[in-house]
Amino acid sequence: MRILEGQGVTKYFGGLAAISNVDFHVDQGEILGLIGPNGAGKTTLFNLISAALPASSGGMRFKGQKISGLKPHRICQMGIARTFQETKVFGNMPVIQNVLVGAFFGKPTHISGAAAANEATQALEFVGLSATSAAPIKDLTLAQQKRVEVARALATKPELLLLDELMAGLTPTEVGEAMELVTRIRDKGITIIMVEHVMKAIMGISTRVMVLHHGEKIAEGTCNEISCNKTVIDIYLGEETHAAS
Amino acid sequence: MAEAERLLGLITIGILAGGVYGLLAVGLSLQIGVCRVLNITHGEFLMLGGILTFTFSQLGINPLLAPVIVGPILFGLGFLLQATLFRGVKARVPSPSAFEGNALLAAFGVMYVIQYLARIRFGTQSLPSQYLTQPVPYVGINLAVNLIVGFAIAAALGIAVYLFLTRSRVGKAIRATAEDPPTAELMGVNTNTILAVCFGLGGLLAAVAGTLVSMRTPVSTAMGFNNTVIALIVVTLGGLGSVPGSFIAGIIIGIVSMLVAGLWESVLIVPVYYAMLMVLLLVRPTGILGKK
Amino acid sequence: MGFLILLIAFVLTFPLYGGARTRVLITMLVYAILAMSWAMFSGTTGYMSLAPAAFFGTGIYTTYLLQNHLPLPIIIVAAGLISFVLAVLLGLVTLRLKGIYFTIFTFGLVVFIPNVVTYVEGEVTQHHGWYFNVLDRTIILYTMLGLAVVTVLAIYLIRRSRLGLAMQSIGGNEEAAEHMGIDTTRTKVLTFAISAIFMGAAGAVLAPSLSYSNPTIAYSAFYSFVPIVAAVFGGMGSLQGPIVGGLLFGFLEKTLKVEWNTYFMLGFGIIIVLVILFLPTGMVGLVPILRDKLGGAISKWRKGREGEQHANT
Repeated sequence: MRILEGQGVTKYFGGLAAISNVDFHVDQGEILGLIGPNGAGKTTLFNLISAALPASSGGMRFKGQKISGLKPHRICQMGIARTFQETKVFGNMPVIQNVLVGAFFGKPTHISGAAAANEATQALEFVGLSATSAAPIKDLTLAQQKRVEVARALATKPELLLLDELMAGLTPTEVGEAMELVTRIRDKGITIIMVEHVMKAIMGISTRVMVLHHGEKIAEGTCNEISCNKTVIDIYLGEETHAAS
Repeated sequence: MAEAERLLGLITIGILAGGVYGLLAVGLSLQIGVCRVLNITHGEFLMLGGILTFTFSQLGINPLLAPVIVGPILFGLGFLLQATLFRGVKARVPSPSAFEGNALLAAFGVMYVIQYLARIRFGTQSLPSQYLTQPVPYVGINLAVNLIVGFAIAAALGIAVYLFLTRSRVGKAIRATAEDPPTAELMGVNTNTILAVCFGLGGLLAAVAGTLVSMRTPVSTAMGFNNTVIALIVVTLGGLGSVPGSFIAGIIIGIVSMLVAGLWESVLIVPVYYAMLMVLLLVRPTGILGKK
Repeated sequence: MGFLILLIAFVLTFPLYGGARTRVLITMLVYAILAMSWAMFSGTTGYMSLAPAAFFGTGIYTTYLLQNHLPLPIIIVAAGLISFVLAVLLGLVTLRLKGIYFTIFTFGLVVFIPNVVTYVEGEVTQHHGWYFNVLDRTIILYTMLGLAVVTVLAIYLIRRSRLGLAMQSIGGNEEAAEHMGIDTTRTKVLTFAISAIFMGAAGAVLAPSLSYSNPTIAYSAFYSFVPIVAAVFGGMGSLQGPIVGGLLFGFLEKTLKVEWNTYFMLGFGIIIVLVILFLPTGMVGLVPILRDKLGGAISKWRKGREGEQHANT
């Protein structure tokens, strides 16, 4: 089942098309890797899905329902959660309270204080940060803060999770741990779209991969297909050549 | 036809007076847009400009020349404020999102300090600073020379600022800093200096506006607040970040104030601004020529 | 909380004061209420409101309009409700947008509302100046105290509630809060409106102690500025901070006998700049710092003594 699909999705900033006529879909239960050079529009696409920004044209459906024009909190309550490229934790609270916010407000139905606290504790445990529960979140490392963001998103009980560069700045060991975390999330039945630059992670755990470049979708397929795709190789090799010269 | 003439006269005065509002707003727009400080001391800079102009005129210096001295003084004050106070606030703020609120509160404090220091020195009385009040007959009413001169200076300065921001290297650095400070730093822009320059520039424009206002009406140390309110309304109406927008909005506000005062009641001027502001915020919050 | 005990002890001394001291206490309570209410919204969400004077003045005006028609308790409630509605209207227009527009709007309210009221009075009633049916100050003191208690309780409960958590999230990171399912506009408007209730009610309670007022006096910008300075000084993120700040500044205003003279206001400006720069969490933030330093000093002293004892054996 296609849990999320978009047709002709376009976003203009002034005269510049950050996303240009992109058709895409995500199947329930899969991990869709979203890759592309810097500035390709990956985070913009996330912003369109989560309604942080309105699309200029085109439409998207989540579980068959139109989601264009809704506000972010409605999108969240419908079952789409996300993390952010520049970590957006609640700096004025301890770790557990950050996650608690997700538990309390993530669903439109009322939840008791005890139940929410329970959810939050479980989510924090799931990402392996129970030990830091009471600490002020500012005291945590960036990698830890990113995982709190994941816990917070999970506490909203999403069916679709958007992960934006979860692995940026992580050591190879940490990348491995993060990959394992993402797989465990998928195993819980949550569909995932992940934006990443760390190829090992994308190729390691994605079911399918979608490639954006200059706001356009230029390729889509399994990891194998993508890694053999000439256009994709050109773009990434081209980037390296540019970087070298 | 006297009524139509009167109307035309009011509108003309409004346009001419509005040029000064525009100039004031451009300064504020720079401070809010680039330094991200909601500078509610802006009106106090205008007040200082006006009061200092008057003080110098008592010493024999022609008010039209005063900006040459007063401008740099207040540029320096603005520069210092940004370089020390607001930069300090940014450095010590408990979380990045708290900067705007804390900077506003700091500006709040500075507003008091400036205003009351001025009061200690100059008292609260109205000082007769009017200059160039000779009337020029125009369509049945009289326009004071200072109105015309004021508009000319404001417009000239506005054009200069616009060219500076769009054509010069420093102007480009300013725009880069406003858009994306970290990237600007990477490209070699010293953002701390740029921020201070912008704040200083805002102060300078307010000071000149103060000189121009002082030529038309008496000045007093209490005149800052109302002018801050006007500046804020004009900036919002014209759109943050747009020099032409600020001027257009300034002229609109000028016209509105003259029409309301002439046809209705002066006490309703600010309420009318507010009604306009409310409608604007509902319909097009980014202002007439604003971006984003 | 030790603080609560101190407060209660303070309140219990009220019957001891007579006459002129009553005025001081009333002013202290007014500023405490205004500071608390302001901090409840602006201190948590980070949206700086300069509107307290607008609601406070409206409360005074409400008493003036209704004093011959309704008993005071009802007027107080009415003032609270009117302020609530006013705040909702303002909030709906301005709180959907970035904080800067909200602040700009509230900044000029203090000029806008009295101008409108003056105009309306001029046109409709041709009255100038408001006279009140004066009530015994002791009654007003205890009514104000009651209002203060209600305010403290309400704010305390809200802070611990879901609404309080939502507000704190908005203050922490508004975009993230929106993405976690919080309807930020509704939260902001509601909180802003609730804070306005107490401000309006305070004005309504104060009114019968005034011999005279008018739009310019009632809507004086000081009723915005002083509570804000007081709240920031005390610590705007907490519940205790604004109370301490408000009581202190109210005390200063009335006992130093010069009504907000030039040097006072200059001092305020300097205080707020220093606090924002060096102690953004306010005086209340000083307590844990002092506790740490004191605790550190004590344990150093202890270790020093143990060291001596070891050296001596």
